Amino acid sequence: MTALQKKDVNPVAHLTPQDIESLGKELDAVRQSVLDTRGARDAKYIRTMIDVQRKTELASRALLLFSRWKPAFVVGTVGLTVSKILENMEIGHNVMHGQWDWMRDPKIHSTTYEWDNASPASLWKHSHNELHHTFTNVLGRDNDLGYGIMRVDEDQPWVPFYLGQPAWNFINACFFEYGIAAYDLELGKYFKGRKDKARFKADGKKVLNKIGQQMTKDYVMHPALAALTGSWKQTLFANYLANLGRNLWTHSVIMCGHFPEGVETFTKTSIAGESRGDWYLRQMLGSANIKGSKAMHIATGNLSYQIEHHLFPDLPSNRYQEIAPQIEDICRRYGLPYVTGSLPHQVGSAWLKVIRLSLPNHLAKKLKFSRGRKPVQPTALPSRTAPQTAAA
Amino acid sequence: MRDDERVTTDAPAPSSVWRARAFRLAKALTTPLLPEDYVDLFDPLRSPTHLRGRVRELVAETDDARTVVIQPGRGWAGHVPGQYLRIGVDIDGVRMWRAYSITSGPRDDGMVAITVKAITGGAVSTHLVESLHVGQLVQMEQADGEFVLPKVLPEKILLLTGGSGITPVMGILRHAIDQLDDVVLLHSAPRPEDVIFADELRELDDQGRIRLVERHTDTHGMLDTDELERLVPDWRERETWACGPAGMLEMIEKHWAATGTPHLLHTERFRPVTVEPGKGGTVYFTGLERELECDGARPILDQGEEAGILMPSGCRMGICYGCVLPMREGTVRDLRNGEITTAQPGDGVLIQTCINAAAGRCDLDL
Ligand SMILES: Cc1cc2nc3c(=O)[nH]c(=O)nc-3n(C[C@H](O)[C@H](O)[C@H](O)COP(=O)(O)OP(=O)(O)OC[C@H]3O[C@@H](n4cnc5c(N)ncnc54)[C@H](O)[C@@H]3O)c2cc1C
Ligand code: FES
Repeated sequence: MTALQKKDVNPVAHLTPQDIESLGKELDAVRQSVLDTRGARDAKYIRTMIDVQRKTELASRALLLFSRWKPAFVVGTVGLTVSKILENMEIGHNVMHGQWDWMRDPKIHSTTYEWDNASPASLWKHSHNELHHTFTNVLGRDNDLGYGIMRVDEDQPWVPFYLGQPAWNFINACFFEYGIAAYDLELGKYFKGRKDKARFKADGKKVLNKIGQQMTKDYVMHPALAALTGSWKQTLFANYLANLGRNLWTHSVIMCGHFPEGVETFTKTSIAGESRGDWYLRQMLGSANIKGSKAMHIATGNLSYQIEHHLFPDLPSNRYQEIAPQIEDICRRYGLPYVTGSLPHQVGSAWLKVIRLSLPNHLAKKLKFSRGRKPVQPTALPSRTAPQTAAA
Repeated sequence: MRDDERVTTDAPAPSSVWRARAFRLAKALTTPLLPEDYVDLFDPLRSPTHLRGRVRELVAETDDARTVVIQPGRGWAGHVPGQYLRIGVDIDGVRMWRAYSITSGPRDDGMVAITVKAITGGAVSTHLVESLHVGQLVQMEQADGEFVLPKVLPEKILLLTGGSGITPVMGILRHAIDQLDDVVLLHSAPRPEDVIFADELRELDDQGRIRLVERHTDTHGMLDTDELERLVPDWRERETWACGPAGMLEMIEKHWAATGTPHLLHTERFRPVTVEPGKGGTVYFTGLERELECDGARPILDQGEEAGILMPSGCRMGICYGCVLPMREGTVRDLRNGEITTAQPGDGVLIQTCINAAAGRCDLDL
């Protein structure tokens, strides 16, 4: 792990290969324990979630038909925002991860689900499941890391363009779903001439098509229906607000996942020849959780358990909170950071990092931004507690 | 399928240009979902694309068999007596599909019934017999199958059944009994109390509408050809429908072939007869870009489903071709006879995944 070893504090220096192997085994066992008990209770969870989301959406859209009247406008807009958030986060994201494929329900399956978002499911699954989850926090491979427009690590050379990155980040947050569509399309790669033209054209058509359908629904069809009661303007605005609200929310949640202080990034060479244990380590060190209420966890699609999600991306999301204490315990025993904090804290921390990295390293140092990572003492490392058995 | 003979038929809704336009508009309001996804929230039986049914009644038949009366959804196209339907139930959260013969007679309320015998260790049959409850929603597919009476009814009929093999025959009798003049039913079950539909069959016999020959294998032993000659001496003159355990069907098929009358024999199997397993291999699903290690003992279909892959399926025993996938390249082995099928790169040989096991690496288009 060369990238890690360059850090001021190398978070894994104390681990022997044996430790990493036994860490891998412990995490495999946690995963297996969930697989062994996956069943009707979990199926009921996701079906209830879908039911609640769709009924909320229907009720909100019905209310918006009368959005000329303020209360209907307010409640309808809030409801639509909530339903859009649930659909993208707890349902869409997790279904497309294949978390519910084991149910064999063709309506809740990663190969058939299409979400309420500008990015078509097929493209998103490629860039998210294959690239982001495989190359988590690997500079230059993981698009989620700065979306190709931001500087995310001190090791990246600074150029004046990065001065504007707090602004870029905010703009990206407001138009987040289109941002996602753009990097699922690998726009950046295309402009650098590294993406096949024919493929880009085909993908581009898919994206435009999807955006067209989404826009028609939110900004033409539903306002047109509401025109019957003279509420078309309000409905259009409500749809815009709901999409904006969801953009800001999802952007914040995703920033909290990999961006707060204390989360590591990696270089392309550092992941060559990774073992299962190494891979788990990178997922843990590269992710951060959010503490909060049950409603908050659901609204983040349980991405507030980002560490658990990155360790086991295809386990049902309702199980992350159940295994979280075990994962935290493993981190404690192996002396690994388990980065977590309240939502405001994590959002703030991520934004501070964006701002700090917009400056060249020497300037940032002068401003004395603190860097979150403190070394963690292992409480029960296999290589130290039982050296004989570990060697045998 | 012979649509003209379906006994219960909902008239298909007149499709019109206006309908199509209305659908497009509705879809523009619900995209990326379909309008029916919202209708499903309130009335899952209305779905035009996903046939579903609701369990309306459960009737115990024997210790380990029960009849499930189902109200099919709007799209149900009816059935021909003797056909089976596929039913999908969620067991421990996992959707599982099996075929069951339709046993109900003519009904005014449009409901259909299946009769299930619980098999020890059987996932779906045990669930249907022990855990299903009235009011529950089940997934369905349209009726299918060739085990039906011909248009011109034969004068003399022999029905040869064993165990739960009575089910399609019961479905036929309940519909056609009045049109059939001379029916012999030779039925085997382990003990008298194991005979499904015993009361109804014995009553038909008492009324002289069929001749029922009941055999109890615990005391009489398995049916053999000598006994068949003795019990139904005129069997050669009778067009025969047979359904039962694999051994019984094998005996019957051999015997009919040997006497030169196989064209008078119709059989229905509930499961394939399999040979010794071979070595497995890696199956690569090209569309999903996904690899799966498969053993050589079980069908690719079962193993794919267990891995959470949505695979097309039907009868699950090699008769309906509902499960075929093109094999681009590789080798599979037919579990029924050990026959090897090999595809050279680009061949695209169609293989049935429900009765084929991997025999080395193979690429399937899914
Ligand atoms: C066209 C058709 C019509 C059918 N109609 C009926 C019907 O009317 N009533 C009915 O009860 N079943 C019927 N079946 C059988 C039914 O589809 C299931 O195969 C059966 O219920 C067993 O399913 P399971 O999930 O319980 O067993 P599984 O979990 O699939 O199998 C468990 C074990 O039981 C063995 N096994 C599977 N089937 C049988 C069997 N029939 N006899 C003995 N052992 C078996 C398997 O090899 C396995 O070892 C029909 C099958 C077909 C193809
Ligand atoms: S499922 Fe019917 S042939 Fe395979």
